[in-house]
Amino acid sequence: MSLSIQNLTANIGDLPILKGITLEVPKGEVHAIMGKNGSGKSTLAKIMAGHPDYTVTGGDVLMDGRSLFEIAGPDERARAGLFLAFQYPMEIPGVTIANFIRAAIQSRLAEGEELEATDYYANLYAKMDALKIPRAFTSRSVNEGFSGGEKKRCEILQMAMLEPKYAVLDETDSGLDIDALKIVSEGVNALRSPDRGFLVITHYQRLLDYIVPDRVHVMVDGRIAMSGDKNLALELEARGYDWVTETAAEPALA
Amino acid sequence: MSAILEPTAKPQIDIDRSVGDFRYDVDYSYDAGVGLNEATIDYICDVKKDPAWIREFRKDAYRKFLEKPMPTHWASHDLDNIVFENIRYYLSQGTQASRTWDDVPEEMKRTFERLGIPEQERKYLAGVEAQFDSEAAYSNIKAAVGEQGVIFVGSTEGLQKHPEIFRKWFGKVIPTGDNKFSALNSAVFSGGSFIYVPPGVKVKHPLQAYFRINAQNFGQFERTLIIADEGAEVMYMEGCTAPKFETATLHSAVVELVALKGAKIQYVTVQNWSANVFNLVTKRGLAHEEAEIKWIDCNIGSRLTMKYPSVVMKGRKARGEVISIALANDGQHQDTGAKMIHAADETTSNVVSKSISIGSGQATYRGLVDIPPHHRGCRNNTECDALLINTHSRTDTYPTIITRGNRNACQHEASVSKVSAEQIFYMQQRGLNQGQAMSLAVNGFVNDLVREFPMEYSVELKRLIDLEMEGSVG
Repeated sequence: MSLSIQNLTANIGDLPILKGITLEVPKGEVHAIMGKNGSGKSTLAKIMAGHPDYTVTGGDVLMDGRSLFEIAGPDERARAGLFLAFQYPMEIPGVTIANFIRAAIQSRLAEGEELEATDYYANLYAKMDALKIPRAFTSRSVNEGFSGGEKKRCEILQMAMLEPKYAVLDETDSGLDIDALKIVSEGVNALRSPDRGFLVITHYQRLLDYIVPDRVHVMVDGRIAMSGDKNLALELEARGYDWVTETAAEPALA
Repeated sequence: MSAILEPTAKPQIDIDRSVGDFRYDVDYSYDAGVGLNEATIDYICDVKKDPAWIREFRKDAYRKFLEKPMPTHWASHDLDNIVFENIRYYLSQGTQASRTWDDVPEEMKRTFERLGIPEQERKYLAGVEAQFDSEAAYSNIKAAVGEQGVIFVGSTEGLQKHPEIFRKWFGKVIPTGDNKFSALNSAVFSGGSFIYVPPGVKVKHPLQAYFRINAQNFGQFERTLIIADEGAEVMYMEGCTAPKFETATLHSAVVELVALKGAKIQYVTVQNWSANVFNLVTKRGLAHEEAEIKWIDCNIGSRLTMKYPSVVMKGRKARGEVISIALANDGQHQDTGAKMIHAADETTSNVVSKSISIGSGQATYRGLVDIPPHHRGCRNNTECDALLINTHSRTDTYPTIITRGNRNACQHEASVSKVSAEQIFYMQQRGLNQGQAMSLAVNGFVNDLVREFPMEYSVELKRLIDLEMEGSVG
């Protein structure tokens, strides 16, 4: 059981962005992808989620053995158990968080089955308390006028409510101060489970002090240039991305 | 992949498929035939046993209708596609509305049962009138409300049994020659409601009318007159449906409201016409001193709707309000707005209009606010927000604000927003399909206005929006 990315290539228009990505996140593990801006990290996340702007040109992504690309729309992939925490969550004016999450859960129920309101709110409030989100939040419109920290906490709240099999966190640490970073990380850690895999995309090593990964992959120019354990993140922090580029280039020269 | 961005041809959406798109064959006892001339009017007068002054009123209106040009110099040229000679102007099984559902002819009763009217009546209404083509098939008011002196009958019964009130106000708020369609309505009007609420009586539950078009090539011309005497309060709700025919259908109503000193009238419309209906309606209210008139108007469906609910504030501190939602789906044009005429000091008005354009749907806001120079302390607030879904949609705003003198205040705000592909993708990533995502975005857009609707109607409205959006995904 895993989220298995196999030699994935993809374009935006005619421009290749992913040039053959292979990595596997077994259920129960947390993997991190690090890389410079423009290395293709966010593209990878969006392609898995089914964003219409990208064209997959080769390879596959298997979620517990089933090809994501055989699951038609982004909504079906989501209902099949894939969650993406957005780097820039969208605003939905006039739609409250409570109603939005409720609609998302409702979409997973069989036709004719109704979500029980009292159970739903009990569950929602419990998870909000855990993420230190005030109750008044439920009646605010999704992401409208939210601070960076509020948006990211709201993403984690949605993840907690939707209980995905695999979650991809795209630069969840961007725009967070240290307190917000701690709260969000605690939220993610609380959701770590043998039944769930995480792919954490980040620019900085800092996040990985709080969400300690099982594996770290470094992405350079649309490829995984290097993989290692959590210490790779520290080494990368000390030596910089150029070190990876040089090191990764060596075998090619040899 | 991204159907919201693809201007691909879609079949015209049949919005009534789930609720209103059905019809029963009815044998009409009275049929004025096809086309309009003086004989048609005489036929209608004879069937309805109209008094002489009404016959004269109708004929005068007919002449004005012929004289008036189609308002295509400012409005849609689609109006030219109405063929008046092909329309049937009067169809009924009799002019007497039944007081109990048991007495309503079978096919009509079945129609209204399918539309849920008797059930709603039992649950939360103070009175109901159900119009089938030209005449009310059913009209009843709860005994407790009737005992307070409230009158709620059809227009024919109103003019026959309560001439002293009816004649005083009928045609006074909206003159016959106001526009071509008010003249047409005045010539051939039938059905609609007559309501009188005595001084100080506050009707707790809404009175409801339901307008149903059943016949093809038919024109429905109901005429409603509501008078709230001093300090009285009433809420009136109307709903409407028609089955989808191959040919065009015309609905052209005239609604006059009179709120005497300190009275309050709320008029709620949730229309759900099928996509072949021309809906050309004139609605205006007269608010006396400290009176309040509020139009809550929700326009879904129809081929072309032209409707600009108005309030003439003729008494000091009178208040007018229009809250409107218009949804223009593929192939539809919602040309709606509001008129606020400030004719006394310290009068205040508020207009909030939200429109949604989908596919090739077109939404137009036309507004008029008029504050003459000699008044003081008048205030108006106008807000027009438009939401566009897909690149084909079109929205126009024509606000006219005439405020003279320097002792009054006006405020106008307008916005246009789009449901972006990124928003849809975000919602889809949470599990909603494209239709559900668009529906949620639209419901969010109108959310603050929907709260103004009575509970039962806001639920209905949400359901109608869901149906529309579901149908608009290719």
